[in-house]
Amino acid sequence: MTVLVMTLLLAGGAFAAGLLGALTGLGGGLIIVPLLTLGFGVDLRYAIGASLVSVIATSSGAAAAYVREGYTNIRVGMLLEVATTVGALVGAYAALVIAPHVIAVLFGLVLLFTAVQSLRPQEEHITEASGTLARRLRLGSTYPTPHGLQHYEVQHVPLGFGLMFLAGILSALLGIGSGVVKVLAMDRAMRLPFKVSTTTSNFMIGVTAAASAGVYLTRGYIDPGLAMPVMLGVLAGALFGARVLTKARTRTLRLLFTAVVVVLACEMLYKGLTGAF
Amino acid sequence: MTDTTETTGPARGARWSEHEVEQLIGNLLRIGVLIAAAVALAGGIAWLAGHGHLRPDYREFRGQPDELRSVTGVIGGALALHSAAIVQLGLLLLIATPIVRVAFSLVAFAVQRDRLYVVVTAIVLGVLLFGLLGGGKA
Repeated sequence: MTVLVMTLLLAGGAFAAGLLGALTGLGGGLIIVPLLTLGFGVDLRYAIGASLVSVIATSSGAAAAYVREGYTNIRVGMLLEVATTVGALVGAYAALVIAPHVIAVLFGLVLLFTAVQSLRPQEEHITEASGTLARRLRLGSTYPTPHGLQHYEVQHVPLGFGLMFLAGILSALLGIGSGVVKVLAMDRAMRLPFKVSTTTSNFMIGVTAAASAGVYLTRGYIDPGLAMPVMLGVLAGALFGARVLTKARTRTLRLLFTAVVVVLACEMLYKGLTGAF
Repeated sequence: MTDTTETTGPARGARWSEHEVEQLIGNLLRIGVLIAAAVALAGGIAWLAGHGHLRPDYREFRGQPDELRSVTGVIGGALALHSAAIVQLGLLLLIATPIVRVAFSLVAFAVQRDRLYVVVTAIVLGVLLFGLLGGGKA
């Protein structure tokens, strides 16, 4: 296989990952590292570098649309970015001392967790009561609904902040957006409306990934020949996915993507536990 | 879509409304990603023309040469028209896009005289700049 063939294969695989990620809302970054390491035998560090760069591209591309529509809560996002970016730096340093096969096992567990979360039904909730901290930080806001602007308040800020720190560590360590933990923190802990949680999570993913990607660039993890087709492929797939989103049968796709995630999780766990990384 | 009830209309010379800030941030992100992707694609085509026939080798981690590992190295290499450095410049622009977005938010909160969030945003910006400019050398 020549570099040209591998570049085209990578771009194609990344396009599929970006497309599925956008259609299912689970993010394509999750399957880039398994694709590169299991599929192409790429070293884990190069794979994480390339994956993080593609995560920034899709997050920023999608966030551009959501922010303009008024769903994103910029104050909540900025406050929680303190936790995710500091967590990302901690994760980037932890990556130096944690053995690759341990990272592979952790990756497998996060994939399994994501698959379980994706099958849980989404419940919409609006909270009118707010905690003292949330009030002092002026986190409550409004978002557009078919019946006009809906007001909401925010709860359990410290718990959400702690979960976000964890999300930042995982993002850097595994080269993923860790959107599933971010949504968990905002949707379950802070009781934000689901649409606000997902779009604010997306808004934050790029900033979180930029913190560790900066460290990884100076550490030589980001290989241009590898990251270029992956980033362009995922970005094109995600943009295309956003266009066809309304026409696609997302439920079937979601099940399909979840099945792919479970298979990759088992493979990462198996290879990690048998020391193949 | 109607404006939020909390924000005042975008009168000339008035402080930026939240809606205006959202529009500006959206445009900033879009333009940043587009420029980064275009630079990476242009450099990538040039790089493939010279390296496409080689055999890929990513099994063992060797890291990158200095030219591809620092902001100054990447810019210098790209100005010298080294194709790998041009790709890396595209990736660097992509990493810089969220950082510029945070810097812009800092200005927006300052214009709105929101001291609390100026401090919050300054912390985030500091962490990001630390990561990109010096974090990896420890």
